[in-house]
Amino acid sequence: MTTAAAHHTPVPKVSTLVAVFLTLIVFTVITTLISYIDLGEWNIVVALLIAVTKACFVAWIFMGVRYTTSLTKLFVVAGLVWLSILITLTYSDYTSRNWIYQPKPWSHTNAPYFDNKAK
Amino acid sequence: MADTIVNATEDVYPPAEEVHLKHHFATPAQQMDADTLGMWTFLITEVLFFGGMFASYAVYRNLYFPAFASTSKFMNVPLGATNTAVLICSSLTMAMAVRSAQLSQRKALIRFLLLTMFFGAIFLGIKGYEYHEKWVEHLVPGFGFHYEEVQFERNAQILFFLYFAMTGMHAIHMIVGFGLLTYLVVKARKNTFTEHYFAPVEMIGLYWHFVDIVWIFLFPMLYLIGGTR
Repeated sequence: MTTAAAHHTPVPKVSTLVAVFLTLIVFTVITTLISYIDLGEWNIVVALLIAVTKACFVAWIFMGVRYTTSLTKLFVVAGLVWLSILITLTYSDYTSRNWIYQPKPWSHTNAPYFDNKAK
Repeated sequence: MADTIVNATEDVYPPAEEVHLKHHFATPAQQMDADTLGMWTFLITEVLFFGGMFASYAVYRNLYFPAFASTSKFMNVPLGATNTAVLICSSLTMAMAVRSAQLSQRKALIRFLLLTMFFGAIFLGIKGYEYHEKWVEHLVPGFGFHYEEVQFERNAQILFFLYFAMTGMHAIHMIVGFGLLTYLVVKARKNTFTEHYFAPVEMIGLYWHFVDIVWIFLFPMLYLIGGTR
């Protein structure tokens, strides 16, 4: 593998780039076709797995994460950890909201005191 | 990994004006590592920016799944898939452009940058056509919104709001990328980029690939929710 002089950055092979390109195209076709098959809840799982795989190919080869320093790799992973915190905590909040009993807000209609007075 | 940090004393330097080495960096390799780290830091803020929209998508999809699934038949899946392929093509030409810059191949660099812009333009053209379709079918959220399945009208509108917010934000990023690529073409014509200095090409390449990754997630999420339904 040749390197670009001043930075000693490895130059990717054309064959590698084209192979990644073809892989991405094949995955796009697969994810489109598979969406027409009803897998129930698994449709989104498969679609996301394929999307994550494609994203990994783009990041690792096209974006050259494989050639970056350990510190940059750590930053990339940290970004994904923060993204997972963002989605997981938001999602868990919305899912678990009805798990705890919450008294209804005060109003004339559900306040027994006023009902008694009316009689 | 260790070999990416280069001992300054072992480096044979090309002419300083060709390297564009800023005075606060010891070596071109150090400058390149700092550039890359800084660009990734910016991209992480972008990940979280789009992440907020992805999170709201996840919440509403969970709450109103039948309504969300019913919108898939209004999405133009062939055009969406074509656009995915077009964007992947532009990613390949961008990667090839970076490679050409690394090998000081000026003509190839300009050619690949222009090809990347060409694919980007096709993407935006198709996207514009799809927006027009949504407009004609009264699927743009707002007072003119009309949905044939009345029971889903309110909740399906949320999906179309997310659709326009996310693809719109993505398209704005593409347009910004267009400007950046134009800047690269102008610089490349002046013969700025050589094997000793190609950081701008590589950094704008990172940005372009990131925008591609966003679309890789948008396509299945917005177009392929309920394929058979």
